[in-house]
Amino acid sequence: MAHTKEGPAATAAPARTEAAAPATRRGYDAEKLFNRVALGVLVAFALLWLVPLLFATAISIRPADEIAVDPASWFTSNPTFAAYEDLFDKGKLPYWYANSFIVSLLTTVLTVVTASLAAFGLSQVRFRFRRGVFLLLLAGIMIPMQVLMIPQFLALQEVGLLNTYWGVVLPQVPNVVAVFVFKQFFDGIPRELIEAARADGAGWLRTYWQIVMPVSRPAVSAVTIFVFVAVWNNFLWPLLVVTDPEMMTLPVGLNSVQDAFGIPYAQLMASAVLGAIPLLVVFALFQRRIVEGIAGTGLK
Amino acid sequence: MASTVGTGALTPDRSRAREARGRLAGPALVAPFALFYIVFLLGPLIYTFVAGFFNGSLLRDGFGSWVGFSNYADVLNDSEFWRTLKHTLWFTVLTTIPLVLLALGLAILADRFVRGRWFIRFAFFAPYVIPSASVSLIFMWGVLADQTGLAQDWLKALGVNSPPSWLGDPNWAMWSLAGVTVWWTIGFNFVLYLAGLQEIPRDVHEAAAMDGAGPWQRIRHVVIPMLGRTTTLVTVLQIVASLKVFDQIYMMTAGGPDGSTRPTLQYIVDTGFTDGRTGYASVVSLFLFLVILLISLVWFFLVRRAEKES
Repeated sequence: MAHTKEGPAATAAPARTEAAAPATRRGYDAEKLFNRVALGVLVAFALLWLVPLLFATAISIRPADEIAVDPASWFTSNPTFAAYEDLFDKGKLPYWYANSFIVSLLTTVLTVVTASLAAFGLSQVRFRFRRGVFLLLLAGIMIPMQVLMIPQFLALQEVGLLNTYWGVVLPQVPNVVAVFVFKQFFDGIPRELIEAARADGAGWLRTYWQIVMPVSRPAVSAVTIFVFVAVWNNFLWPLLVVTDPEMMTLPVGLNSVQDAFGIPYAQLMASAVLGAIPLLVVFALFQRRIVEGIAGTGLK
Repeated sequence: MASTVGTGALTPDRSRAREARGRLAGPALVAPFALFYIVFLLGPLIYTFVAGFFNGSLLRDGFGSWVGFSNYADVLNDSEFWRTLKHTLWFTVLTTIPLVLLALGLAILADRFVRGRWFIRFAFFAPYVIPSASVSLIFMWGVLADQTGLAQDWLKALGVNSPPSWLGDPNWAMWSLAGVTVWWTIGFNFVLYLAGLQEIPRDVHEAAAMDGAGPWQRIRHVVIPMLGRTTTLVTVLQIVASLKVFDQIYMMTAGGPDGSTRPTLQYIVDTGFTDGRTGYASVVSLFLFLVILLISLVWFFLVRRAEKES
């Protein structure tokens, strides 16, 4: 925050365009003016974007009697964590955190392992119909999971997996984009590296585990973060599969909070903040990896 | 995880055995993923197609009885289906345009600055990682609420006497949902555009500047055209994502007021899971799938051709 308050002069280091600025005095002025306007617009939008998050946080620490007097105010003279304490003491929030964590972790591990093995096979091992298999898998990108929820639900009901972790996890494992990301990465590994390992007598599994995976950390971490975030935030599928409040994931649980009549305003905002915090922390820690990951999945 | 193939010198016998194993190695590596793919993607897709010819129900086992194309005919004559499809398409238009143009504009501006970029990126991207449930709680009860909400409070401060009920008025509800969605998801497109901008070589900027092009001209005639590929990608991804809208509408308006925001995906959930008409809901699912497929393919080929011509 402090960074932007320094104003244009301090932050407006026009790094990319600096060298491009023409030598003429007029051109230089135009460049400088443009940078100032650009920075102003950008910071205005960025602050606007933060308002809902800051407002929710501000409300969540206001005592109920102050909210009753002036619900839209940002300020409080006696900040309190009562709303948060209530949620942890009386609600099922700890269950939801644990469920979300278990479900996201299981799905992520299964996805990373199966998708990277498949991508390794498709990228490095020659076999018949290899291209056909790849195209068939790739076609799966076109199929939106959401339109398949009826047969998936019926199948899980049949085998008794409703209201279980596996019921939430299994349908989310076949992630075609993950295969695609891994294959793109594996295709770039020098063939000599693989061939050297093979010539030393290493089997395919050992080559995969000891040679390929260790040099593929960027791809592994990108897929890990993406799958984890997507599963953590998935709402529709766990909403259908889980009805038992103690088995709910965080998003479904939060939705049930909102449905419960008469929940105090401060608690609603505190739940929103608690729902947001884990992933905001993940994002703050892995910002660079996440950004690289998006760029990698999308463009190359 | 260690392989069964030992180390050591290769005798002709062993290498032949290895070759045989090698032929199976590829399929074996793909198999675990393929199993999940077949059970949870391909199988359900085929099931959906078949189930559409039966009057299946959640309440009894099996497909139900054969009804031929009557589900198809019923869906096509179902005014509520068309209404939800219209809502879905309208939502897609309302979100895709700002989510492409605004993301492009903000990324171009952000690309000019290195210092403090983490802050800009955080501000736009942070909402994207938040669960839709948190987003809905914040906007439904905090920002967009009647009487107590921040948006009405600000409008009153600006002198608007009776600000609209953002989620309760059928004329405003869809716009509000679109606005929330823009706030929530712009970070993803913003980052894709930032990545696209990184790929533009510096000397292109320099050459244009040498020719006397000002910043605005360079953006219009150099930067935006060079982002063509990124724009195609962002637009297609955005259209597909918006056509699948469910979470935020379900939580914030439940499709209301008076069904004025109900999207097709919610219609599938309502007919399939609430009414239990799985056969009928399967046909609605197929139609939604077809719409998504068609729109993304048409857009893709249009852009491809435009790119080739230029």
